[in-house]
Amino acid sequence: MTKMKVGKEDQSSNEFVEKRRSALERYLMRTVKHPILLKDPDVLQFLESSELPRAVSTQALSSAGLLRMVNKARGRQQDDHQDERWFEEKQQHFENLDVQLRKLHASVESLVCHRKELSVNTAQFAKSAAMLGNSEDHTALSRALSQLAEVEEKIDQLHQDQANGDFYLFSELLGDYVRLIIAVKGVFDHRIKTWQKWQDSQMLLQKKREAEAKMQFNNKPDKLQQAKDEIKELEGKVEQGERDFEQISKTIRKEVSRFEKERVTDFKAIIIKYLESLVQTQQQLIKYWDAFLPEAKAIS
Amino acid sequence: MMEEVNEVTSTLSVDIQSIKVTEVVKDGHTLTFLIESEKLSGTGVYHVDRTYDDFEWLQQHLFSQEEVSGIQGVIFPPLPVKAQVNASAKVIKQLGILGLGEWQAYCKAMETFVRQIAAHSILGKNNAVEIFLTSSDPPGRHRVRKNIFNRLSQAMEGMRKEGHKDVDEFFQTERDHNLVFTGCAKTAAERFLDVVQTEQKIAVACGNFSTALRLCVEQGEDPDELDFSKVCVKLSEVFESIQKNVTSVAENNVSTLGLGLDLESRYQEAEKEMLYRRTCKLVELETTRRNAEKAKPVKKAAMEEVKKAAETEFDHISGVAKEEIARLQAARVKMLQQALVQWCEKQLLTAKESADQFNQHLQAFRGMA
Repeated sequence: MTKMKVGKEDQSSNEFVEKRRSALERYLMRTVKHPILLKDPDVLQFLESSELPRAVSTQALSSAGLLRMVNKARGRQQDDHQDERWFEEKQQHFENLDVQLRKLHASVESLVCHRKELSVNTAQFAKSAAMLGNSEDHTALSRALSQLAEVEEKIDQLHQDQANGDFYLFSELLGDYVRLIIAVKGVFDHRIKTWQKWQDSQMLLQKKREAEAKMQFNNKPDKLQQAKDEIKELEGKVEQGERDFEQISKTIRKEVSRFEKERVTDFKAIIIKYLESLVQTQQQLIKYWDAFLPEAKAIS
Repeated sequence: MMEEVNEVTSTLSVDIQSIKVTEVVKDGHTLTFLIESEKLSGTGVYHVDRTYDDFEWLQQHLFSQEEVSGIQGVIFPPLPVKAQVNASAKVIKQLGILGLGEWQAYCKAMETFVRQIAAHSILGKNNAVEIFLTSSDPPGRHRVRKNIFNRLSQAMEGMRKEGHKDVDEFFQTERDHNLVFTGCAKTAAERFLDVVQTEQKIAVACGNFSTALRLCVEQGEDPDELDFSKVCVKLSEVFESIQKNVTSVAENNVSTLGLGLDLESRYQEAEKEMLYRRTCKLVELETTRRNAEKAKPVKKAAMEEVKKAAETEFDHISGVAKEEIARLQAARVKMLQQALVQWCEKQLLTAKESADQFNQHLQAFRGMA
């Protein structure tokens, strides 16, 4: 999400503010649901203190920040083996998911658009029915047409509510997940970078060792000590690189599993809410039609 | 053999309420309507096929009944605009709600047209109606003499005469009211069409979403992925239900209130045309009066004759017009009542069915572990 300037009097700005508020709320909910992030001091400070430090260099997902997050997972279990195939399959799975979610998102946006259009058209029709009722001489018919206009106005309101439902429930849900998948893909990319770093360190260490061997052969004692120091440092780096790589792999596995489970729970919860609203809408409609029927029958 | 239409009046040999346009057949660019009607004698059913040209033939015959006194005071049942396969944008706009779908609404409108003509006390007596409904040969293939209601000439003089002040308060009021009402009715019909078309778009969007969801089904064995696939499939079914609901709502709209508003709009136009014809006759009458007054003695008698004839005709027309207006008023109230009641009943039924279906889906989701 990006920072945006908003005008005061803008009607569409009210809509924007509501959208942004809702999105930020969902973001916070997701953050505190995460078992590790909940304990993060930054998160706690955000939720609890009345004053916050000024935000500097707020890149969406910096490498350092991600590594910190990853390193918070404790321990290094001995029997955790890296199944490279699992990672490849999962990466492909997330690529597919990305494409599908974007398609779904586009579909729902189209639906929301049409619902809004329906609301506008219903309101227009209600107005024209009211005019028809006004011009009508026949008393009972005139009354029924006016009632028709009122019913249509009520239905218009239902359409608006439904459009909001479509939007806030589905469209935003899918949008959120599209953005989440981007973060997930970022994590997979970062694992590759971590591996690369480890490999680079190893190669450098190898080179230095070869150089040291040469020096010993050529008998250059002063440079030899420096070389030995560098090698020690690099050995440390290589070990660290390997640890980082294993750590990030382990964490990704855990996170992916958590993500997949949450995904199902999330979607189910939203769908249930949506179905409840659908049922409610139909029940409202039944009330309106039940009330209108005697009016229509009374025309004679 | 092609039957000759003689201007002998006849009583219809079929039961008017049984007249049905059962289906429409597409043959290249032509649409052929299959019409059936039950014989009053109870001995069977007539089946005839008619194209739009045949309907026009019928209409022209009715228009050209010069010998029927006061015929110009008749509010002619309006014939829908010609439906075409792959119609132009202009024609589609003119057709309005009748142009939707596979011509179901259009067939109903054509059926109404025939029934209205058959039931009309003056028009129904014309032999052309019997031929139209019963002759195995389509009657519309030979030319009809030009009708007296040549629209083109009317249109050219239209603007000047339309506002001509009436001599009869009843008619002046009726003309004023009709002017307002024609506009209202047309607007209401157009806006209702907008509603229906948007509903159709929503139905399509729901279908697309449903299909896209089915594509999310994973092939793997991971239990979490399978769970999500299940959710997607069930959600896809939900949106299929929503699609069915919206489609049903749109169909209900078209088949009841949509047709009603369309017919109302076209009948108001038909009344407008009748009132205009009468106004033109009034202008003609006033001209003949002036001519008779100003006439030189040698021409005076002839001018008086012309004036008298014009007066008689005008009186006849006004007489018929008054009856027609009363008849239309009663008929349209009944028609709109029926349309509104049927519309309400159908939408009520659809809402109940949909509430049930959505509830079933809801229970299924709640039951999912």
